[in-house]
Amino acid sequence: MTVQTAARPRLPGPVTAPGGTKRRERMRVSRWQIWVPLGLYLLFTLVPFYWMLVFAVRPRGSTSLLPWPITFDNFETVWNELGFAVFFRNSLMVGVASLVMTTVIALAGGYALARYDFRGKKAFMLGMLCTQFIPGAMMLIPLFEIFRTLGLVNSLWSLVIAETVFQLPLSLILISGFIRNVPVELEQAAWVDGCGRLRAFFAVVLPLLRPALVAVGSFAFIHSWNNFLFALMFVNEQEKFTVPVGLAYSLGEFSVDFGALAAGGVVAAVPVVLVFAVIQRYLVQGMSAGAVKG
Amino acid sequence: MAISTASTANHRMRRPRGAARTPYLLIAPAVIAMVGFLVYPMASVIYYSLQNYNVTKPWDNGFAGLDNFRRLLFEDPLFWQSLGFSARWVGVEVGLQLVFGLILALIVNETFVGRGLSRALVFSPWAVSGVLTTGIWVLLYNPTTGVSRYLADLGLIEYGAAPLAHPGTVFWAAVLAELWRGVPFFAILLLADLQSIPRELYEAASVDGASRGRRFLHVTLPHLKDAIILSTLLRCVWEFNNVDLLYTLTGGGPAHATTTLPLYVASKAAQSHDFGYGSALTTAAFLILTFFSIAYLRLSKFGAKS
Repeated sequence: MTVQTAARPRLPGPVTAPGGTKRRERMRVSRWQIWVPLGLYLLFTLVPFYWMLVFAVRPRGSTSLLPWPITFDNFETVWNELGFAVFFRNSLMVGVASLVMTTVIALAGGYALARYDFRGKKAFMLGMLCTQFIPGAMMLIPLFEIFRTLGLVNSLWSLVIAETVFQLPLSLILISGFIRNVPVELEQAAWVDGCGRLRAFFAVVLPLLRPALVAVGSFAFIHSWNNFLFALMFVNEQEKFTVPVGLAYSLGEFSVDFGALAAGGVVAAVPVVLVFAVIQRYLVQGMSAGAVKG
Repeated sequence: MAISTASTANHRMRRPRGAARTPYLLIAPAVIAMVGFLVYPMASVIYYSLQNYNVTKPWDNGFAGLDNFRRLLFEDPLFWQSLGFSARWVGVEVGLQLVFGLILALIVNETFVGRGLSRALVFSPWAVSGVLTTGIWVLLYNPTTGVSRYLADLGLIEYGAAPLAHPGTVFWAAVLAELWRGVPFFAILLLADLQSIPRELYEAASVDGASRGRRFLHVTLPHLKDAIILSTLLRCVWEFNNVDLLYTLTGGGPAHATTTLPLYVASKAAQSHDFGYGSALTTAAFLILTFFSIAYLRLSKFGAKS
């Protein structure tokens, strides 16, 4: 069933089957049955966001729960004095690098899994499944040892590598699922027209994979942007901190300055919220193809 | 599941001549990355778990047999305490997330005006990090900046409620914060599966006179069974391993009351230099997780047709 969902990746939302209006009438739920629970849940979801926003923009000493008058003092504090400008740049670099590496490696491997039969394929799939049980928190010691050997402690590359590796299994499964759903005849037609395999892939398959690439890329970015533990352990120079680490430190050190804490939170939230707004249409399909199948 | 899909895919291509090496070349980067940074470290953890390996006591280093595991089982009350808390944390968190996620998925699967926006809004905490969740809920729980203060202003409750400071409330305070971030995961996954239920099934059930409750029990739930089993398992593993929120929100306190096993391992890794013992803890957690997963899939009859 999930294969089907992935097979028409560009259809957002369910396809409504034409049915008799009378029967539809009986199946429909009344409005308040939707809006009462949904409204309560929206409240639970949005009040925390609102709280953070209000504390971030209201002037020092104010106790108002309305975001007025607005001040950007808190943002200036976190951005310039607490170093969030640097953390932000670091997080962005790690996020984009992880995104690119994850997508490229998963694209190559996913194509092999989808289009070839080869010895060891089953073992590889099983191995990928098993990696899902490896706890990130518990790999801290051995990964730290490896990065120390490679001289990558205190380098942002350690974060990129760790992120990419933990993101790969799911991305591979997701992308190979999408490639499998691109009819192979399309590719074969291109070969007949004289395209090499590589050119056929770029000309025919890749454009059809856009939803998969969006999903995989944004998962990788969000994951990397949010990761805390690796950044905490592998990097201990302040110029190399990422946003979550900076935020955690400001939780501890500046626990009195709630305005700064909230502003830091907003800075941490903005990129993922933007990415989320772009991908949320694809999210349901991406999740079903990736997680349920995996 | 993925494996069966792979082997029954109908678009299998005949291997082009002279291209036997191509799939291996394509998959090599992924294999190298995963062997180097997942398999090898995992193997080294198992190796170190059988060693005395302490940076501060190099004269003691060497093969230790199962000493670390004996110490863990019989001499470390914190291991058992953190394991017990992990079980409680995972059970409560995953159970509640599933119930609320399912309700939410059912609601936003209906057709109504504003559905797209509602979906986007209720799913949005999914993208938020554990540390940011902590930042937000610290504000909400704090007695001077939090919700309780404004409720007290209205005369509804007493001033000074600090849910994170008391052993009696800290667990549920953490549960609520994690729930905020975790429910969307189930809602997204289950919604994806709900959308794949053929409408005709419901229509047939309606014609047969089935009430909505019966339709849910006999059409929806059986269809969602595999998705529910798999998503709860994934989530159990994830919540078990999840360190960010508790590490920053409670720090495992007060008095180790909210220390999960991975949090215990992480704090051992960060503070002490006893790699051998830390590795034994890691190995134990990995084994527990693996056995739990296998048992869970067996007992829930995953993939069996109902």
